[in-house]
Amino acid sequence: MTLLTVENLKTYFHTDFGLVKAVDGVSYEINEGEIVGIVGESGCGKSVTQLSTLQLITSPPGMIEDGKVIFDGRNLLDYPANGPEMRSIRGGKIAMIFQEPMTSLNPTLSVFQQISEMLSLHLQMDKETQRKRAIELLTQVGIPDAKRRIDDYPHQFSGGMRQRVMIAMALSCNPKLLIADEPTTAVDVTTQAQLLLLMQNLVRQYHTSLIIVTHNLGVVARYAQRIYVMYAGRIVESGSCDDIFNQPKHPYTIGLLKCVPRLDEEEDRRLVPIEGLPPNLINMPPTCAFLPRCPYKIDRCREEPWPALKPVGNQQVACYVDTKLTVQ
Amino acid sequence: MLKRRKRELKFVEGRPQESEWKRFIRVFFGRRIVLFGLIVVALYIIVAIFAPWIAPYDYKTISSTILSQPSAEHWLGTDTVGRDVLSRLIFGVRPTLIVGSVTILIAAVAGTILGLLAGYFGGWIQTIIMRFIDALMGFPMILLALLIASLLGGGLKNIVIALGIALIAGFARVMCAQTLTIKENDYIIAGRSLGLTNFRLMWKHIIPNAFPPMIILATMNIGMVILMEAGLSFLGVGIQQPDAAWGSMVSAGYNRLTSNPALSVAPGIAIMLIVFSLNMVGDGLRDALDPRLRGTL
Repeated sequence: MTLLTVENLKTYFHTDFGLVKAVDGVSYEINEGEIVGIVGESGCGKSVTQLSTLQLITSPPGMIEDGKVIFDGRNLLDYPANGPEMRSIRGGKIAMIFQEPMTSLNPTLSVFQQISEMLSLHLQMDKETQRKRAIELLTQVGIPDAKRRIDDYPHQFSGGMRQRVMIAMALSCNPKLLIADEPTTAVDVTTQAQLLLLMQNLVRQYHTSLIIVTHNLGVVARYAQRIYVMYAGRIVESGSCDDIFNQPKHPYTIGLLKCVPRLDEEEDRRLVPIEGLPPNLINMPPTCAFLPRCPYKIDRCREEPWPALKPVGNQQVACYVDTKLTVQ
Repeated sequence: MLKRRKRELKFVEGRPQESEWKRFIRVFFGRRIVLFGLIVVALYIIVAIFAPWIAPYDYKTISSTILSQPSAEHWLGTDTVGRDVLSRLIFGVRPTLIVGSVTILIAAVAGTILGLLAGYFGGWIQTIIMRFIDALMGFPMILLALLIASLLGGGLKNIVIALGIALIAGFARVMCAQTLTIKENDYIIAGRSLGLTNFRLMWKHIIPNAFPPMIILATMNIGMVILMEAGLSFLGVGIQQPDAAWGSMVSAGYNRLTSNPALSVAPGIAIMLIVFSLNMVGDGLRDALDPRLRGTL
């Protein structure tokens, strides 16, 4: 069963320097109980896409220009951004975890106060039940001595612990979908692994769907079932995790995989960085945004607009070139 | 030979737990200067309440002993119409404390709400509110208070209103700036992503985080407002004779500074002492209330 379908989402920022098409016609979907990864470099529009689905874009300058976000059979973009429907979905049905655990919790409220805020808002629990539930949640996300630590303030927790608290808060109202926006970027590698494993377990336990937004391919390789690769506000390739890692088809995906080490390869392979820089999103040319950095480019790429996604094997790829046939 | 003292290490289970209230008491009362300020403020309040019983004479009664030097009968002497200076000083605590507290309350509440709304919603709401505040700030504060006080007439109530309005601008500006910074914090967007209402975000997430600078501003302004009241009374639009106010007492005595120094100096010291004490209490309050300082003190 499809849980969330995003169709042709367009979020533009009207800045003093020109129009920034941060999200330009993105479509994706996630099924119930599925873990999906959205991968791309900084500034490619991954986070903005997720914020747009919950209508959390600051407006102005941001505007959701077009598209549909269908959740539970309803188009979320039909609701006013701060209306009661949207608020009951945020946190209640779709919850989000952010990148910076150090700043994602309010320093002036105790952890319990922050969790109880959600419980009373979405589930109308009384104080006693809230306390019980909050302790249970904190125990579940692996905070030792939860009963005592529940009245502590965020600054008394480490970064990894705070991210666990964030996960507990996000899961407190049993949302159907959890969006984790670079959940492990700000914590060290061992904590990363623990947090991801924890999220995977919880998501399985509660039958919640999970979208992991990340620039770290290693993160999605292990946990995601399907992957969307984004570049300059568009999805350039999508497919199952195995397919993308074993037979990447879009030049950008190929480039991304070449610059990360893999355990299942010969040891002396050199890591190859992608040449050039990600494009400036202001006033983009109509041609493929990856064109200036692309080692596979052909004449057609310069003459025709950015291609749409089309099926290649089991994947969807937005490229004119059949990268498999091209000899590098 | 060196004797090595045997030390027994005791491990306490878990962390020592201290309740919020206990911690507040410990930090707030822990510093001597804060304690001093607190005692002074408490003394002033007691004096204000029990003024009729403490004062040796009635503060309005005119007598024939004018401009007497401090003596056993009149500890601080008498003024130009023969009123006991000590008694006037004691009754003068009342308007001073009322002006100090009520004015700040008015200005802080109004300023916080205006600044919060302006900073949080931005756009045209911010433009309207902040342009109004800018206009308010365009006037020198004492001039604005003078203008309002002369429009409304003298007296305690009108002084409070005049100074309250004159002080709104500062609070609104600081609160607006605070809100703009706090609003950008991840926990606000996290709160929004978890379905909190605008009201709740403002009330529970922005105001508490904006609290420390507002507390400092308020306590600093209490001192200032007492000085401004003294200034207005000094200029003659404040609290009217025969009511006792420290500002008008300083003004009445200042041309006799050499012959009868107590006339001006005594109310001057009274003003100085309360302003200093309030600032100390404000500092202590900030240290005790700011959760970010938790654990460091």
